[in-house]
Amino acid sequence: MEKPFAITLDVGSSLANKTGSWRVERPVYIDRLPPCNDACPAGENVQGWLYYAEAGEYEQAWRQLVQDNPFPAVMGRVCYRPCETVCNRAQLDEAVGINAVERFLGDQAIEHGWSFEAAPPSSGGRVLVVGAGPAGLSTAYHLRRLGHAVVIYETGATPGGMMRFGIPKYRLPRDVLDAEVERICALGVELHLNRKVTDLPATMRDDGFDAVFLAVGAQLAKRAYLPAGDSAHILDAVSLLHSMEGASPPRLGRRVVVYGGGDTAMDAARTARRLGATDAVVVYRRTRERMPAHDVEVEEATDEGVLMKWLSTITEVDEGQILLEQMVLDDKGFPQPTGRFEKLDADCVVLALGEESDLSLLTGMDDVEIADGVVQVGPDLMTGHPGLFAGGDVVPAERTATNAIGNGKRAARTIDGWLRGETPREPARHELAGFEHLNTWYYADAPKTERPRLELVRRTSTFDEVVGGLDETNALFEARRCLSCGNCFECDNCFGVCPDNAVVKLGPGKRYEFDYDYCKGCGICMVECPCGAIVMEPERA
Amino acid sequence: MSKAKTDGAITTTQPVKFYQVGSFAVGNRLVDPSLRTVQADAARTNAITSGHRACQGCGEALGARYVLDAAMRATGGKLVAVNATGCLEVFTTPYPETSWQLPWLHSLFGNAASVATGVAAALEVQGRNDVRVIAQAGDGGTVDIGFGCLSGMFERNDDVLFVCYDNEAYMNTGVQRSGATPPAARTATTEAVGREPGNPFDQGKNLPRLAMAHGIRYVATATVADLHDLEAKVERAMDFRGARYLHLLVPCPLGWSSAPADTIRIARLAKESGLFPVFEAVDGEVTAASGIRRLVPVEEYLRLQGRFRHLFDSSGAVAKTDIVARLQKLADANIERFGLLQPEVT
Ligand SMILES: Cc1cc2nc3c(=O)[nH]c(=O)nc-3n(C[C@H](O)[C@H](O)[C@H](O)COP(=O)(O)OP(=O)(O)OC[C@H]3O[C@@H](n4cnc5c(N)ncnc54)[C@H](O)[C@@H]3O)c2cc1C
Ligand SMILES: Cc1ncc(C[n+]2csc(CCOP(=O)(O)OP(=O)(O)O)c2C)c(N)n1
Ligand code: SF4
Ligand SMILES: [Mg+2]
Repeated sequence: MEKPFAITLDVGSSLANKTGSWRVERPVYIDRLPPCNDACPAGENVQGWLYYAEAGEYEQAWRQLVQDNPFPAVMGRVCYRPCETVCNRAQLDEAVGINAVERFLGDQAIEHGWSFEAAPPSSGGRVLVVGAGPAGLSTAYHLRRLGHAVVIYETGATPGGMMRFGIPKYRLPRDVLDAEVERICALGVELHLNRKVTDLPATMRDDGFDAVFLAVGAQLAKRAYLPAGDSAHILDAVSLLHSMEGASPPRLGRRVVVYGGGDTAMDAARTARRLGATDAVVVYRRTRERMPAHDVEVEEATDEGVLMKWLSTITEVDEGQILLEQMVLDDKGFPQPTGRFEKLDADCVVLALGEESDLSLLTGMDDVEIADGVVQVGPDLMTGHPGLFAGGDVVPAERTATNAIGNGKRAARTIDGWLRGETPREPARHELAGFEHLNTWYYADAPKTERPRLELVRRTSTFDEVVGGLDETNALFEARRCLSCGNCFECDNCFGVCPDNAVVKLGPGKRYEFDYDYCKGCGICMVECPCGAIVMEPERA
Repeated sequence: MSKAKTDGAITTTQPVKFYQVGSFAVGNRLVDPSLRTVQADAARTNAITSGHRACQGCGEALGARYVLDAAMRATGGKLVAVNATGCLEVFTTPYPETSWQLPWLHSLFGNAASVATGVAAALEVQGRNDVRVIAQAGDGGTVDIGFGCLSGMFERNDDVLFVCYDNEAYMNTGVQRSGATPPAARTATTEAVGREPGNPFDQGKNLPRLAMAHGIRYVATATVADLHDLEAKVERAMDFRGARYLHLLVPCPLGWSSAPADTIRIARLAKESGLFPVFEAVDGEVTAASGIRRLVPVEEYLRLQGRFRHLFDSSGAVAKTDIVARLQKLADANIERFGLLQPEVT
């Protein structure tokens, strides 16, 4: 073709110019570990299920959640929320109400009758689980999903462990607990109630199990010697709370003193208020700051009129009255007696000094190490006895239902590996998605949604649930407060901000891809990614 | 958040319309596609396609694509662009290649406005009122050498949207000062020496306000940091006939000695410090200004740029407090004039 004056070349596209050759660093998409996931004792993929909840895909969210934890409705009520403590959003306005959304999903599942995917037929090992508390039930759930036959032996007439015989109804309604336990049993778990294991070696031998998970918790109340008159009324918190499940609640009198500073003490005092005590006083030998009870528990108890007496020990109990000695904290923070005494009216004293495990069933198993009253295990939760695993309150760990559930999951994995003769590989942990990785400019301001609470009058006269749930509207709102730390949520920023059109959008759910033919490696995408899901890596020579 | 308290029972009501990233990100999987930006659309024009030779992190390459893709959507693809000499022309069209994905004409450094006037007149004569015209130039081609042609275009009210990509100096020829270079900035012709290092204070031109003084229908400023705002302004500009002016701040990593990755961050800080007011004016009157969301002192904006390095010591602390204070005064004056801290203005 004849070319105009001074033109010698045909018109070409700049696409011929592969500017990717300029690059010294290349952007790479990564997934970082959100702090909530990192902190969850049950190993939940919190960010993962919030991602579905944000879009209103509640069933999908629930299914993602129960990959790790079969108790969302229970957890959404009683978990002490380590996830919210570390939530990055707290540094922006307030932590995401993860627990409230979890409860919403759990309640939706119960309401709509969502069930677990059917477990594969039992083809692997046959595993005995001793104890149907959260640890035992969680292991059973995960083992069934891995294709093993599971048999649970439980002393009690109903399953649930301390979720039923410890945590009061006003925090965990029993129909909620029942629904989640039944759903686990429906996976084909063989649950034998009223079946106490007294001689574990014999049971293992006679009933032919390939492996055992010991999840007997800590059922025995710790006692303390208190000089007491004959007619002094003393009982322990574990029995008090346990008896609440029976037909006739115990009589405590009008003035009740609870001795101890843990969550159990708070529940005992709050229960006493509901049983008609006008005065419920918690006596603790140290200070508020040193109290092991969680803040929410103390606040809710105080709201309900429970009184606290710090820096005091009980030295004598008599009918209608007790004697307290005042304490001071020494340099190391230990309480020391002052020699100053005071009297306090009390119709009864409830001891909430902690719980111990009954390990008599292990008699004769010399290879199982016991220290400080609990069973010692390795990181795989196996005891010194091959094939005997243990978790929950019976091993040294934080005594929470959440931790027990997490132990159950971990044990199921290691038991599965042990039965197959493999060491299960720990899934690789991604680098933490700390706040410094986020570009928070892109998140709109949105304060947290508070859960409704029951009126105070009804909190001291009934066992109705205190904390209400979120409705669809505010659960969705709350889920959308998630920053999706470290995980792409398809905001299109990288796709939009690239001056070289070197980001390819792959379509909903498929995220993006870099076109390294043209990417010059400027790094704008990395800086403008809201959630820190892009890193720059040195270009290979 | 509204809280209604009754006898200790707390009930709360929240509007559900919260989309996690609000309206700040490019896209948002939770909202209707019509509410996402043009740039979120995989089928956007990509007016400047890949392979162009702009520096890493060039704000001008980004800004021009933003503007033209939005204008292409607003006009249904019936658009002609006339380009002055400058980086934008040079990096997109090294002979014989072109990056342009729309009808595009290059003219001279100073006469883009006049050429665009001619294009608009020719279309008018042919009865092609459906085809719209954009003229575009750098700040040098707008406020300095192109100003005579531009002023004429404004005066005649020719049907052209003129877009100035303001990177605050003559970048294409090696970072010489322009009438849009800010005070204290170091350029090749305003070196960081003497009592008042860098570009002198009290000089230069404020083109948006000069455009408003011409009484043209529509004048707006924007930055590459707020895409929703920028696209809305381009779309709005296309609703008007006659002369219109858009002044877009586009950081230049080369001329500003800033990290290529920081281009959008710096544009954001220009607005959040008050140094670059983002507003809209119709018929010569300011009708809206984008409020500051997270106010920052000007030094946070200055510190990221090598052209202001002489204002800081080696530890990054402000060394020339008097000069920084004068720049802060300029920002404060903008905040005052446009009411940038009043939550009502959006
Ligand atoms: C009052 C109270 C309130 C609490 N509140 C909370 C809370 O709000 N949030 C939280 O996360 N945690 C809470 N906890 C702690 C939590 O309940 C426990 O950490 C958790 O239940 C431990 O689980 P587990 O499965 O290890 O043991 P458990 O729940 O104690 O279950 C052990 C089960 O094993 C059975 N068993 C014992 N011995 C045998 C045997 N020899 N043969 C057969 N079966 C046997 C028991 O009957 C029981 O059912 C609370 C505890 C108490 C006491
Ligand atoms: C009449 C004339 N004088 C000088 C030049 C050289 N020249 C080309 S681009 C340019 C500077 C462009 O600056 P600006 O308009 O700000 O655009 P930028 O490159 O910064 O985007 C100059 C001086 C020219 N092309 N024509
Ligand atoms: S010199 Fe500046 S404006 Fe020119 S291509 Fe480079 S970054 Fe873009
Ligand atoms: Mg320029």
